[in-house]
Amino acid sequence: MSYVPLTPFDLALAAILLVVTAGLSLAFRLGLERTIAISALRMCVQLGAVALVLKLVFESGSSLATAAFALMMLAATAYEVGSRQERRFHGAASYLIGGAAPFVAGLIASVFAVSAIIGSEPWWSPRYLLPILGMVIGNALAGVTLVLDAITSAASRERAAIEARLALGETRTDAMQDVLRRGLKAGMTPILSAMAVAGLVSVPGMMTGQILAGADPVDAMTYQVMILFLIAGATGIAVVLAGLAAVMLLTDDRHRLRLDRLSAAKKTD
Amino acid sequence: MPPLSFEVAGGECLAVEGASGSGKTRLLRAIADLDPVEGLVFLDGAERAEVPAPQWRRMVRYVAAEPGWWSDTPRAAFAPGLVDGGRLDRQLDHVGLTRAHLDMDIAVLSTGERSRLAFVRALQGEPKVLLLDEPTAALDPGSAALIEEQIKFQLYGGRIVLLATHDAGLSQRLSHTRLVLPKPRAVAGAGAS
Repeated sequence: MSYVPLTPFDLALAAILLVVTAGLSLAFRLGLERTIAISALRMCVQLGAVALVLKLVFESGSSLATAAFALMMLAATAYEVGSRQERRFHGAASYLIGGAAPFVAGLIASVFAVSAIIGSEPWWSPRYLLPILGMVIGNALAGVTLVLDAITSAASRERAAIEARLALGETRTDAMQDVLRRGLKAGMTPILSAMAVAGLVSVPGMMTGQILAGADPVDAMTYQVMILFLIAGATGIAVVLAGLAAVMLLTDDRHRLRLDRLSAAKKTD
Repeated sequence: MPPLSFEVAGGECLAVEGASGSGKTRLLRAIADLDPVEGLVFLDGAERAEVPAPQWRRMVRYVAAEPGWWSDTPRAAFAPGLVDGGRLDRQLDHVGLTRAHLDMDIAVLSTGERSRLAFVRALQGEPKVLLLDEPTAALDPGSAALIEEQIKFQLYGGRIVLLATHDAGLSQRLSHTRLVLPKPRAVAGAGAS
């Protein structure tokens, strides 16, 4: 593999485009210059820190360090999903579902990939496990955010209909089935669309990265296809786990709708 | 509000009255076990908590003042397995509706038609208790009279009816007992047998 390593000077050149964008913001009085600068700086610091930590983890080859990095991903996922909900469950439930569903699904898919497909030695080898885990969780997270939002808002909006079914003697799973089904569809739609247009609208990021890094496009494609399969599988598992958990939390063992377990709707950015 | 205790026998109607916010709806919903509320409710000697909730609600039917629907037409709420066809035709006819109404778009039906359909829907499966929340509030006088007749008919059939209403006339005509809820907050416990 041969690739052209980038120097800080190359990055500075690329940043010129961002400076132009900031200039446009100034010209059109959008007031976004500060945000552009801060976002760009944040991105550099975050990616720099992650790269350094990953380098350390890869060099150490330690299973503990790998597990610690994975746990950090779990915490970030939980926070990201939990804080993006328009109507959150009281207590830590939104964060628990938000962290657990993508993480469990991501872990199943990634461990399956590294042990059964890639066959890395040892199976938890951080160079393979962590990037795949990250990519899979990142996508499952988006699905889980959507499914939780869809189910909690539909349950609040369609309270009269759900309670009419419960009042007629339906179980909570029957009464919530339409809401659940629509929620699961909402959660699965982005990854299905992404698969459908992969390569047509844009070449996926990982494949682009590999091609730029000198890999053969067909090899890069093979990896990308595997990753998309993993992502779709993990998103499916995560979305179903999160959807079922949300339905269970929105109802109780006496088959009552428990909207009191949700906080009031908040405005999202 | 102090804890409540009352009994209603088969074929009798208890009217629950009180100002808005006095807890009429909460009381009916609590008896149907739709909200977690402390207190004991007995039906034929069995306490609510001893009976699986879906089974309880098939015997103790709550009909909301603004009933909800979950599909484009009312048909889904009258699934063939749950419904006795011949009886359904009669029940619809008694409240001035026909089978054609089951296939009409919910959005096209008037508030009164939806209320009457919800009343008929609640009769499917032969519940022992009807908890009716303002059953005639949305109806024109003619439809209200039809529903009133049907409530009487259910009482003759031995059903227990709990009726939350602002309509003093309706309450007087139908109820055997009246329960007036005081103004401040809602209910702690209730018993019906």
